[in-house]
Amino acid sequence: MNWIAWKMLTGDRAKYFGTVFGVAFGVLLISQQTSIFVSLMRRTAHAVIDVRDASVWVMDPHQQNADEIKPLSDSDLNRIRGVEGVAWAVRYFKSLARAKIENGNFRQVVLLGLDDATLVGAPVKMREGSLANLRRPDAIIVDKAGYEYLWGQEPVRLGRTLEMNDHRAVLVGICEATAPFQTFPVVYTRYSQAVQFVAGERKVMSFVLTKPQTGISDQTLAERIHDKTGLMAQSRREFMWFIIGYYMRNTGIPINFGITIALGFIVGTAIAGQTFYLFTLENLKQFGALKAMGVSDLKITGMVLLQATIVGVIGYGLGIGMTALFFESTGGITALAGFYMPWQVAIVAAVAVAFIIVLASFISLRKVLMLEPAVVFRG
Amino acid sequence: MVSQVLLPTDNEPRTTDDVAISCTGVIKDFGEGDAKVRALYGIDVDIHASELTLLIGPSGCGKTTLISIIAGLLNPTEGEINLFGTPQSELRGRKLVQFRAENVGFVFQQYNLLPALTATENVAVPLLIQGWKRPAALKVARETLVAVDLEQRADQFPSQLSGGQQQRVAIARALVHQPRLLVCDEPTAALDGKSGRTVMELIKKVAVQPGRAVIVVTHDQRVFDYGDRIIEMADGRVVRVASDAAEIAHFAEKVSA
Ligand SMILES: Nc1ncnc2c1ncn2[C@@H]1O[C@H](COP(=O)(O)OP(=O)(O)OP(=O)(O)O)[C@@H](O)[C@H]1O
Ligand SMILES: [Mg+2]
Repeated sequence: MNWIAWKMLTGDRAKYFGTVFGVAFGVLLISQQTSIFVSLMRRTAHAVIDVRDASVWVMDPHQQNADEIKPLSDSDLNRIRGVEGVAWAVRYFKSLARAKIENGNFRQVVLLGLDDATLVGAPVKMREGSLANLRRPDAIIVDKAGYEYLWGQEPVRLGRTLEMNDHRAVLVGICEATAPFQTFPVVYTRYSQAVQFVAGERKVMSFVLTKPQTGISDQTLAERIHDKTGLMAQSRREFMWFIIGYYMRNTGIPINFGITIALGFIVGTAIAGQTFYLFTLENLKQFGALKAMGVSDLKITGMVLLQATIVGVIGYGLGIGMTALFFESTGGITALAGFYMPWQVAIVAAVAVAFIIVLASFISLRKVLMLEPAVVFRG
Repeated sequence: MVSQVLLPTDNEPRTTDDVAISCTGVIKDFGEGDAKVRALYGIDVDIHASELTLLIGPSGCGKTTLISIIAGLLNPTEGEINLFGTPQSELRGRKLVQFRAENVGFVFQQYNLLPALTATENVAVPLLIQGWKRPAALKVARETLVAVDLEQRADQFPSQLSGGQQQRVAIARALVHQPRLLVCDEPTAALDGKSGRTVMELIKKVAVQPGRAVIVVTHDQRVFDYGDRIIEMADGRVVRVASDAAEIAHFAEKVSA
């Protein structure tokens, strides 16, 4: 009977592809919309994501996100270094700055200042130039998207200059960086240099980045630092979610996107469920004939569920494939750089599609099972 | 050519008093309360094995309802049907489904072939339902298609066949598992006169077998003379049963007149 179910499903190519693509389109809507939302929210934590070498962030206890920063003092750094279990602790500067380009245009940039001695928090992947050149006077490294924002599509030329706070900055490299939420260019420099690139404030240490000694977990260290210094300390992961949580609570994005995603879910599941439901309804007469000929309800149920599973699995595969392809093909577009489909989204889409397919097959099964086999004698 | 296996053993006299199915006081109501419609008012009738029984009567008189009950597709409201010695009331649920799978062949007015299966595959369906392995089922199905003279169409899909050919495939499907009962509801209604006669001829020659009961519901007066016995219904009742040649000839004449 499984063979007959398979033949019934695939016999009419147009109907089969229609059903499978209905499901695939539903999956595409769900996974693509959700991925964009997740990717966008992830951007709010770009600075934390891009610091791979430190695992605990220390900041002012009243800090709410990574953009509005109340600086720490040098004595804070010493106190943190004194906490038991700290392997090392270094300064980290983060601020918005205004960059003036050669032609007089200017742009807001995210300025990151790395500890002069260690360069903790440095970009992991360079596209042009080398990280070591950051030690040269006035050196800056800009992310690839940032270069385009600043200088347009002009070919990359190292050595060009910017002006920040009346200080000359010299481009020594292009790196990869997670796009910031506001899509500002990301500019890396040394801590001592960064301080000169912004108008003078007395305290400028935005964060202290630390790492626990081996054997001590990030959480434990964060708790210890908090207990000893009264400062807020969070593991890299916690801080990421902390920032994302802030933007979720305080911007219209979740609501806006929530609506889009909800619509994606509704439309996606409606399409997926509906096409399969219609498919079964169109085959009602055939199921009736099979029932008359002595196929038990149990076997009929098995047939419908098998058809549902095949449609679900293939449709899901195609849908997820299309989403992956979308992000693959838009990866090169600067505005969408870094947008990707997290595996969790693939799972959410799988659960959604499984749920809707099971639901649709049970609704259509009801029709099939309630069908009087005697209807086969009626026109 | 007609397959040897399925050829009726012609010259033997048919034992027409061999009762295969008997209906006693069969009543069927549809609906409930005010909407209740009585379709059958106490049917008492015998269906004999080894012969072709025609069930005739005006539209709405209950012919389809009666054969649905006999074939176990509908439950009677009252009354009993004895099927080859087994009271149908003893066959319930799963048992009845299995009884149908093993003992009943169906031919429908609209053929009801599965469009996604070839002629051979369609014919194999009743064997697959009984759990046969596909190669064996397809082999027997192919042989059965020979009996309905369609071996050269074995690999075509229903959409590639004419109505008459589809109905012949349906007959092969109804017989492939050697059922003891064959029910056909208006098998010729959708066909032109010539195809209709071919189909009736097939039923008469191939389907009618010793021990098998064959019931054909028909409006089609042109095929009355194929019947060995004619049961005439009107308004949910059996009004006449004709079984000898003269009476049947009279029926056929009366209507053709
Ligand atoms: N499922 C049903 N629900 C309600 N009434 C029904 C149902 N099936 C049949 N009937 C009624 O029962 C009566 C007999 O119907 P049936 O289909 O058996 O007639 P028939 O002799 O086969 O007619 P036809 O020659 O038009 O096929 C009719 O009055 C019909 O309306
Ligand atoms: Mg009828």
